[in-house]
Amino acid sequence: MPSQLNTRGISTEDQNRLVQSGIDLNLENRCGTYLQMDQDVVHSECSEKGIEVLSYKKAMEKYDWLKEYAWKAVSKDKDEITKYVAAQTDPKGYVIIAHKGTKNILPIQACLYLGRESIQHVHNIIIAEEGAELHMISGCASGGHVGQGAAHYGVSEFYIKKNAKVSFTMIHTWTENIEVYPRSASIVEENGVFLSNYVCMQPVKKVQMYPVATLKGENSVARFSTIAIASPTSYIDAGSRAILEGKGSSAELVTRAITKGGTIMSRGDIQGKTAGTRGHLECKGLILKDGLIWAIPEIEGMVVGTELSHEAAVGKLAKDEIEYLMARGLSEDEATATIIRGFLDIKIAGLPEALQKQIDATIDVAEKAGF
Amino acid sequence: MLDIKDLHVNVGDKEVLHGINLHIDAGETHVLMGPNGSGKTTLLMTLMGFSNYKITKGTILFNGEDVTAMHADERAKRGIGMLFQRPPTISGLKLGKLLTAISHEKAVDIPELANSVHMGAFLERDINKGFSGGEIKRSEVLQLMIQNPDFVMLDEPESGVDLENISLIGNAIGSLLEKEKRIVKRAKSGLVITHTGFILDYLDADKGHVMCDGMIKCHGNPREILKDIKQRGYKECLECRHS
Repeated sequence: MPSQLNTRGISTEDQNRLVQSGIDLNLENRCGTYLQMDQDVVHSECSEKGIEVLSYKKAMEKYDWLKEYAWKAVSKDKDEITKYVAAQTDPKGYVIIAHKGTKNILPIQACLYLGRESIQHVHNIIIAEEGAELHMISGCASGGHVGQGAAHYGVSEFYIKKNAKVSFTMIHTWTENIEVYPRSASIVEENGVFLSNYVCMQPVKKVQMYPVATLKGENSVARFSTIAIASPTSYIDAGSRAILEGKGSSAELVTRAITKGGTIMSRGDIQGKTAGTRGHLECKGLILKDGLIWAIPEIEGMVVGTELSHEAAVGKLAKDEIEYLMARGLSEDEATATIIRGFLDIKIAGLPEALQKQIDATIDVAEKAGF
Repeated sequence: MLDIKDLHVNVGDKEVLHGINLHIDAGETHVLMGPNGSGKTTLLMTLMGFSNYKITKGTILFNGEDVTAMHADERAKRGIGMLFQRPPTISGLKLGKLLTAISHEKAVDIPELANSVHMGAFLERDINKGFSGGEIKRSEVLQLMIQNPDFVMLDEPESGVDLENISLIGNAIGSLLEKEKRIVKRAKSGLVITHTGFILDYLDADKGHVMCDGMIKCHGNPREILKDIKQRGYKECLECRHS
């Protein structure tokens, strides 16, 4: 494996944007890397035995059985975005397969870099076979210079088999010109665990996504965590949905949303279809400047024996909290940033420390800039 | 150290303090007593600089400097500190992180200080969330130990605290006020609100004041005032005010 990520053609400033998105340019604390710059696949490799990181194209050539997975969790005809990605004759994106019983300690990083005013399309398939444990970070970033017309269309399909676990941490660092349309779905089998984390602290023109986890297997678990800040020009429509089908399956959907003048649509939906299932949805919003936080939590209980709950709250920074910290000698700005930092602080159960630290570091960057 | 002259304070549209005069010298600890709702906490919150307490008249001089118009952080930087009776809960903000922020990179051993007031296990907890009465007070004292103010205001430090914790908190407050030093060497001052007087066992208070209806009408030896109140209640204080 090379000792340095090939980021030729990316300015130092833009490389820092990759770092902010959780990409380790020195490849030290990652066991594998996929790098796609616009439509060029630059890296795809993994040093962990039994875990493969392949370009979509190579993977399809290598494993004929992958056909059974492509477009099974996400429908080709779902919307214009999926149709666009499905129509590509030269599909891009990655396939990651954690074979039976494998586990990565250091996460795999997938970096999708947008450097031009064009549509970047990817189709990703992530498979954790029986008993496997796969941790990955997806750093999606653009160059700071990228202008109007640039967009990212990403289809991701996750298959978490019996007793397997996948954590997927996606950190976005776009600009106010870029539109982003992830389309992702996961299918979780018996005792499987899926952790999906989304962090967006930087401006973006539009994000629209509603990933769905179908918990098919008994006692399967999904946890979605979303941390988003909407700058004045940002429109972030980020939801998450869990469908509880397997007996004893459970889901937790947690969102922290801040608007600095932009819009955040915080959608959430949990469907309890089987007895013995549990789900909780929590959305907390903080309005720093007039904008919109629209929390739409939905719970759909369909059978006796499913237990679903939600709580949503939108508010402002409390003056008594700020002044309490000021009475301890913090300036008003320090006190404000300290409280916002606390608001955004969600500890994600089951997430490796390295990934939690990465999420914290991304928020720290925003904190240092005064949010 | 602290010189309050003819202080009038509004909360909302209503005047709550009607011309407070109080002088506290360096090294002195004063006790403030008075019935519920008489304005004791209002006085402390005003001295700390909370914006809900509007000073309409009068001045606050601290070490000769007029701090009347200053914000809370500016007063804190000058050496004013406060133990809150009911501090807010701040979700997500860990006690340890706040202590680091308060230390402003001063060399302090936070875990050791925390252990000294039995708060070592709380450093990763959200501040005040689910804390018991005693834990809140220990957390407040711990923050003040790091802040190390020259003038400490204590709003009912013993309320909600069990007997075992009172001695822990009392001793910690005693050292904040340099009570282990000889009187002439003491530079730190305090103003303590108490109803029970339990805390006085640890503080050797110098003077006592009784507040009624937003005014301080009565001054004297704190132990004697306390004894008097215990025997006769505040009824006579009110009569005193109207005399």
